[in-house]
Order: sequence, then C-alpha cells, then structure tokens
Amino acid sequence: MRTILYILQKEFRQIFREKAMLVIILVIPMVQLLILSFTATFEIKNTNIAILDHDHYVESRNLINKFSGSPFFTISSFYDSYDEGVEALKSGKTHQLLIIQPHFERDLQRDGTGKVMIITDAINGSAASIMSAYAHAILIDFNKQILVEHFPNLSLSDPIQITVSNWYNPRLDYITYMVPGILVLLVTIIGMFLSGMNVVKEKELGTIEQINVTPIIKYQFIIGKLLPFWIIAMFEFSFGLFLAHFVFGVPMLGSLALQLGTVSVYLVVVLSFGLFVSTLTDTMQQAMFISWFFMVIFILMSGLFTPIESMPDWAQTVNKINPISYFIQINRMIMLKGSVFSDFTRQFYSLVVYAALMLGLSVWRYRKVA
Amino acid sequence: MNHSAVILQNLSKSYKTVKALTEINVTINKGELFGFIGPDGAGKTTLFRILTTLLNPDTGTATIEGLNTVKDYKSIRNIVGYMPGRFSLYQDLTVEENLKFFASIYKTTIEENYHLISDIYKHIEPFKHRKAGKLSGGMKQKLALSCALIHKPEVLFLDEPTTGVDAVSRMEFWEMLKKLRSQGITILVSTPYMDEAALCDRVALMQNGHIMTIDTPDAIIGAFPVKIYTVRSNRMYHLLNELQTIPETEAVYRFGDVVHYLNHSETFDPMIITRHLDAIGHTEIVVKQAVPTIEDSFMLYMRKSDKFNIPGNDN
Repeated sequence: MRTILYILQKEFRQIFREKAMLVIILVIPMVQLLILSFTATFEIKNTNIAILDHDHYVESRNLINKFSGSPFFTISSFYDSYDEGVEALKSGKTHQLLIIQPHFERDLQRDGTGKVMIITDAINGSAASIMSAYAHAILIDFNKQILVEHFPNLSLSDPIQITVSNWYNPRLDYITYMVPGILVLLVTIIGMFLSGMNVVKEKELGTIEQINVTPIIKYQFIIGKLLPFWIIAMFEFSFGLFLAHFVFGVPMLGSLALQLGTVSVYLVVVLSFGLFVSTLTDTMQQAMFISWFFMVIFILMSGLFTPIESMPDWAQTVNKINPISYFIQINRMIMLKGSVFSDFTRQFYSLVVYAALMLGLSVWRYRKVA
Repeated sequence: MNHSAVILQNLSKSYKTVKALTEINVTINKGELFGFIGPDGAGKTTLFRILTTLLNPDTGTATIEGLNTVKDYKSIRNIVGYMPGRFSLYQDLTVEENLKFFASIYKTTIEENYHLISDIYKHIEPFKHRKAGKLSGGMKQKLALSCALIHKPEVLFLDEPTTGVDAVSRMEFWEMLKKLRSQGITILVSTPYMDEAALCDRVALMQNGHIMTIDTPDAIIGAFPVKIYTVRSNRMYHLLNELQTIPETEAVYRFGDVVHYLNHSETFDPMIITRHLDAIGHTEIVVKQAVPTIEDSFMLYMRKSDKFNIPGNDN
C-alpha cells in the first residue's frame, strides 16, 4: 500500500513539474469547451436572402418587409435580373433567392393567386431544409395576412388547435444540448491520451526497464498510472460542469452526486482503454495514432453531433461498444432531464462491464517479463 | 554450490531468426567481479535481461543465489540491482528524488544503506537538487549505480556501464566497483572495452551469442600460444594484405594505429617480416615483439572457431 503512495507521489511530481503539460491538461480543454460550445451549432441564423422583385408594387414590398423584419433573414441585396441572382448564389454571396414574378399584385387582385419562387443553396442539406422551412413559414404567414385583408369576414381558425411544447429544452437552445456532450468529449481526450502516453513514454525512454526489475507489483504500477489522471479528469469534469452551469446557464436538473458517480466509472473505461493501447505499442507515435483512430470513430458515432437513431442499423450495433455514446446519453439525461439512476441502468451497467473488461485486458497485457 | 552466486546452464535465446544466445554455461562465485567481454551484438544485454528476469530464456536455466529466474522472479527482484546500458532513471526528477523513489519502492531509505553508496553518491550529492536529465554522463552513471545499490542487492548487474563515459570517469568507476566487491557484493559487468577485462576477477569472452572462453584475465593472456609482433611502415594501408603472404601466417589484424602479426611457425624469426616488407617496397619498417592482451586473445579465439564469426565478415 505504501508503495502505491510512493508511485503516486512520483507521478504527480512529474506531471506538475512539466509546466507546458499542465497548461495542456488544464487550460486547453476549458478553452475548447468555451469555443466549441458557441460554434458547434446547427442553428441557422443570419441567412442571406437576395431579392428579385419584378413587380415593385405594394404587395411585393409588403412581402419583402416580412422577410427583412424576420430576425432570421438578412436581405443581402436586390437584383434586377435572374442571372445576377444566380451568380450571387454561385459565389456564395447569398444563400437564398426570393423571386417575385411580374404582375404579382395584379394577379393577386384579379385571380386571387400570385407567384413567388424561392431558390435555396442546398449544398448543406440539413441547413437548406431549415432555411426553406423558415421561408415557407413567412410565406404562410403572409398568405394569412392577405386573406384577412381581402376576406375580412372569413373565419381563419383551424379545426384542430395545435400547441407544441418543447420539453427539457424549451427554448430549443443548442448550447444546452451541446455542452453536456462536449464536456464528455474533453474528459475522454484527457483520459484516453494521457494515461496511454504516459506508459509509452516510459517505454520509449527506457525507464520502464528500471521499474520492471524492482519488486513493484503489476497492479501497483497500473494504479499508479491510472489514479493521477483519474483525479485530474474528475477535477476537470467538475470544473467544466461549473462553467457549463454558470457561464452557459445549462440547467443541472439531476443529482450532482449521481453525475460524478457515473463519470468516475466512465473514466475508468477511457483510462484503461488508453492504457491498453499503450501495452500494445512501443512508441508514443503509434499509441497516438491508435488512440486517435478509435477516438474519432467513437466521437463521430457518439451522438454528439448527429442523433444515433438516424444512423444505419449496423452503425447502431457498432455503437454498442462505444463508451462515449453511453456516457453522452447519461450525461444529457442527468443534466437536462433530471433523470435518476433507474432511467439509465442499461447504459450505466454497460459502462461498468466495459470498465472491468478494459482494465482486465490492460492488466493482462502489461507484462514485466518479455 | 552454495558459494556460487549465479549459475547458467545451457541457456539459449532466439529473437525470431537471430540466435542471440547459444548454450551459455557459466558459474559465477559469490563476491566475484565477473566481466562479460564482447563487441556489440555479442548477446551481453540479452544475457543480462534474462538474469534480471526481464526476459525468459528459450531453453536452459539461470539461477541467482539459488533462485530460478523464471519461477522465482519475484524473489530475485528483491536481491538484484540492475543498471541498464541506457540511462533509465527519471530525467525530470532530481537526483535526490530518483534515489528516494528507488529506495522507497524497495521499502528502504537512503539513510539505511547510505554506507553502501556514500563513496559514489558523495560525488553527486552537491547536485542533488538538479534534475537527472541535466547531469553529465559520468554523473548520470554514478546516480544510476547509486540507485541500483540503494536496496543493498546481493548481485549487481551492470550492462555496459562505461560506454560513453570519459577515460577518467571510467577508471574512477572501476575503482568503485572494486570497493563494492570488497563489501561482498557479486558484480556482473558487461563491456565492449577489452582493456577493462584486466580489471575483472574473471571474464567470459563473448561473440555472436557464444562464450568462447572463461578464465582469469592473466590465465587467458598466459595461454596465448604464439608471439605477437607489432608492425608499422610507411604504407600502413597495404600492410594488412601484404603481411598475409608470409608463409605460415596465423593472423594479421589492426591494433590501434599499428598492425599485430602472428605466425604459428615455432622457429619464426621477426627479421622475416622486415625482409618481406622491404622486398616489396615498404620503408620506415618497425617490428617489435609485443605483450599479448585480452584483445589479442579475443581475435585469436574468433579466428579459431568459425562459428563465432559473423558470416561474410572474415578478418
């Protein structure tokens, strides 16, 4: 037992001695959290829309005002010819084109129908559908307005009254959704890289040779390698939570103790994962690439950016071995829904099994004798 | 048996296609300063890694103080000290922190065994707050030796401790080893420097994973069968080939800045060399009889047995 303390003392000494590393460990994830949380968003704001008004009458002016009055749209410019508009779309100066046909107002008055066309730059499919939907909503609104003006006596109430209520994130705030996930990402990076790198570094420098001839027992060595980074990552997670709550105003509906309890298990998974990689590799470069390989796959499939439910079946099966996806689910559930333990037992026990498996594998693979 | 510290029996080890060690048999007595002498690639490090339980042999057994290196590796780790060829202490920890760390993991303290290391450690004690990575080569080696000694090992393994160390530090280092031996510690040291063989009690000459001979340095030199002549002339470059043409030449090889010449004829007259070289146009010819050294013995053993030779590398 005392031996472990000496090993821990040595590890902490080395970690805190390397000032550059300390900055990397503590400051960089926080900066990432601050930057990523504001930028990793699917919300579409400030859509540039260009107008081709071939009519120039009162109603077309009214329609344009509807767009310019929306916080979602910015009118980038007015064009007179179709070709100019297409050119603007091509060069990326505008995302959408609103074309109002000639005699728009006359047709509206005479025939009761006027024609407008909306062209959307759909390179980013999901963004395009959102932009189209917004434009559509404005047009529907405009339609109703015309109906009111032209047929004041018509009842406009729909037979079915729809009230949409968004639970757990009522303002559909993207930061609320992203921050718990990004927090998971940051402690994963710390856990997976630092523990593994540390062991491989000893291999590379040859210091492990000197350790291996000593009576240090395997489990002492492994605890000595895992515990310091476990503590650092726990600290970092807590600090990240603090930032999330007080800087981003992300709600923390669930129990803090429950959250810290699950992260402590999750960290054993990622730390042992890193350690396992280090037992298979001889240089930091190899370890780096292997960790990176798994990490990128795990992150992209984790449901951080795209919902797991919309992935193909095989990907959902692969995700059963993705620890990040389990923990992002748990973390979001606790923070945003205030879920209790019984709500995520399946995910939690998956993590427990995972932790036992990875730790077992790395203990088995780490050998003092070649 | 009980006065043997290390016993190696038929020890062999291969790495994929390379035979690193072949049928090694050595018995090393307690309190002996034993040297494994051989060039790079002779198998010295592999042998030391087996003895320090870092590597398992393919066949054969090795025992240290009666403990088997495979079965009793845990007990062995408590009684051996190992100084790897490459500096393997924590470069980002200070001298004192390194020493304290290694003392503590052997469940001892610096104070308890200070008498063992004091001679060595006092040289580096003034720099005890300096990081190990910032020490000079000689000081690093002293620190490594201190760390290997701090738990009062019964057997000490030093793998090429003097490689890359200046001549003065090398001599100092051997002085320290002699003092340690007088404290009853069995010391096994490997070195590629032939001149260091004379400083050991007994040596094993190694080449390509084989032990060619084991004896005291004096006995090895004393058993040298023929006379040695050092030869130099104005055309040193051609000397090697042109001396080969003398009848009954045993061996010709470079030795420092001269050439050593051996002839197995019992009635060989060194004047033959002078005349031979003179006839083919050499000038400034100097021929002297020389006292054989371990290096000469090494060259001779290598020639005698083809199996010690690296294929395609005939001298």
